[in-house]
Amino acid sequence: MVKVIIDDIEVEVEPGTTILNAARQIGGDVVPPAMCYYSKLQGSGGKCRTCLVEVAAGSAADPRPMPKLVASCSTPVMDGMVVKNKTSERVYDNRAAVTEFLLINHPLDCPICDQAGECHLQDLGFEHGKEGTRYEEKRRTFDPIDIGDKIKLHMNRCILCYRCVYTANQLTDQRVHGVMHRGDHAEISTYIEKAIDNDFSGNVIDVCPVGALTDKTFRFKSRVWFLKPMEASCECTKCAGKAVVWMFGDEIYRVTGRKDKYGEIEDIDGKTAWICNECRFDKKDKTKWTIEGPRVINRHSVISQNQYLVDERLETKKLTGK
Amino acid sequence: MGRKLLLEHANVPGIESFEVYRKNGGYRSVEKALKTMSPQNVVEEVQASGLRGRGGAGFPTGMKWSFLAKPEGVPRYLLCNADESEPGTFKDRYLMEKIPHLLIEGMIVSSYALGCNQSYIYIRGEYMWVLEIVEKAIAEAYANGFLGKNILGSGYDLDLAICPGGGAYICGEETALIESLEGKRGNPRIKPPFPAVKGLWGCPTVVNNVESIAAVVPIVNDGGAEYAKIGIGKSTGTKLISACGNLVKPGVYEIELGLSVEEFIYSDEWCGGIANGKKIKACVPGGSSVPILPANLITKTAEGTDRLMTYESLAEGGFATGSMLGSGGFIVFDEDQCIVRNTWNFARFYAHESCGQCSPCREGTGWMEKVLRRLEYGQGHMHDIDLLAEINKKIEGNTICPLGDAAAWPVAAAIRHFREEFEWHVTHPDEAVKRNFGIASNHMPLV
Repeated sequence: MVKVIIDDIEVEVEPGTTILNAARQIGGDVVPPAMCYYSKLQGSGGKCRTCLVEVAAGSAADPRPMPKLVASCSTPVMDGMVVKNKTSERVYDNRAAVTEFLLINHPLDCPICDQAGECHLQDLGFEHGKEGTRYEEKRRTFDPIDIGDKIKLHMNRCILCYRCVYTANQLTDQRVHGVMHRGDHAEISTYIEKAIDNDFSGNVIDVCPVGALTDKTFRFKSRVWFLKPMEASCECTKCAGKAVVWMFGDEIYRVTGRKDKYGEIEDIDGKTAWICNECRFDKKDKTKWTIEGPRVINRHSVISQNQYLVDERLETKKLTGK
Repeated sequence: MGRKLLLEHANVPGIESFEVYRKNGGYRSVEKALKTMSPQNVVEEVQASGLRGRGGAGFPTGMKWSFLAKPEGVPRYLLCNADESEPGTFKDRYLMEKIPHLLIEGMIVSSYALGCNQSYIYIRGEYMWVLEIVEKAIAEAYANGFLGKNILGSGYDLDLAICPGGGAYICGEETALIESLEGKRGNPRIKPPFPAVKGLWGCPTVVNNVESIAAVVPIVNDGGAEYAKIGIGKSTGTKLISACGNLVKPGVYEIELGLSVEEFIYSDEWCGGIANGKKIKACVPGGSSVPILPANLITKTAEGTDRLMTYESLAEGGFATGSMLGSGGFIVFDEDQCIVRNTWNFARFYAHESCGQCSPCREGTGWMEKVLRRLEYGQGHMHDIDLLAEINKKIEGNTICPLGDAAAWPVAAAIRHFREEFEWHVTHPDEAVKRNFGIASNHMPLV
């Protein structure tokens, strides 16, 4: 085990753990935001640069500070490393800059976006964004396209985190989905439109941190914060059948995987509980599910309103004594 | 005239063929290395020579080689980075076009030193005719027993293959080059792990510039100590400089490091001064990604000492008053050239070539390009200049690979040294659109 100090809190972690995961073991607001890293997807991370942290001491053996800010999601901890996240002004300064970069080409159409309320970019913008924009140019625009008959892609909203690309690579049996072009004109696309058609392709919706990939069976039906999330399970031959159904009265409006507070699908019995397309898109009938109980949604955003709350800051307080 | 180590025989007729090259002393280093030296000896010679990577960063080649992990039973790879796409740099193209066998000779010796049995030359997609020249040279080397199984009876096997790129600047970044070579999208990898540990197909890999590999040939022939005698301090040996812009004699020159910048620009032996009797306005001494220098800082440093063509002297004064030798793309601007337009041109290049993987570079380069275009066409505001400075400060150092830095530095330096010119564009919008550009406008008339 190696010891690492993050924002004056000491934590012991397995060697090879990344700074971000070490911070997640502490929890609370010590955790840097991550827009592209997704622990369940191999190779993800390092791209969005919102998780940049300052390393004030590299390790016990070599206590020199690192000159640049490092991406906490892809930098492994060393014994005796001292990391500054919320205690570093430089980190906040650069995180604000990254937030600005992510938002300059974003349409900010939250009022009509289905992701609003559970959008990580909204949270990030709320915490680190500026009031106004300094961007006076024309935003890049794309037309929304259908990829498959159940998924809508709004490239305008995309922040190119590559999560869906990894999902498509690692979960579905054939790769039909990737990034085309370069630079700020890069876009997520399928080689031939409507080509995504396999059992687990719907998971690209769950991994998307913004509203770029949305569920066509739920589009414009309701705001997420009006719905009751319930843990539910069903007999399914393709997946574990453990999901969250979002209900209004007795009606199921949408089905998603069981996501934790970082927006990642939870592990159930040691396996990531990705759900199949049939559970996600077709089982909108209450009789097909066994409702297990209410789902606790604990995220620092609108969607946590009217939910069972666990105040994480209290827990951090216990650890630090502050 | 200084000593020439690489381009000594470049103008011998027919040097691109194996026979002529061999007659002019070619492949001596292969014979010497394979017959009389151990791989470790070759590495030591390169370390002793003080050769620094010629691709731009100037990292000592010998040290890079010594970092190569050597686990048992795992192949190692040497990749030659011929994806030369930096605006202003065209030295590798010249070298490969004129004396392709020098590169192949260097590849054989370097591969032998590193214990690689399969090496690759990654050539830029736009250099298709160069690829044909090098391909022909490789076939000749195979036919004459310098490549393939059991080279010169030494028991050492080496296969050399060429891989053409798809025309992306980013594939000159070593991990992006590896990705591209593996057949994937050329996105730089997140480091660590470094290629020396986990590179091509997960195996230890060294990536070197064409010129660095070619320079191994004279180092092995004459010894590292002899090579180290040329140059000043930590800048040893000779360097190819591709001079372009408003010069009387632009072209590729091989100089001994330590030549003064003044002599290089004005002496008839080299560039012969500024074309049409004009005055120099600015100079980018190492390819488009290094900071631009204003006239008063080109031949003299801020302290008043002579500036020399070395890694250290060009960097003297840091980014405030210095620049970098970079890859040797020496671009000179005369008094008629517009710095704003030129900076916009560079920014446009980087915005086009950013891979789009990490957000500061993807969004930042595009943003800078748009702001600079507005400034250039007289639609800018005073606060845009500060905005630009702010944007490039936030890109620099926050990206996965150095492309972000390379995009930020030229803009930062242009604003630092030529702020009045940016302000003039804001205060004189009409004149900014109408003014004369000199030759730089020919390819792109104003709208």
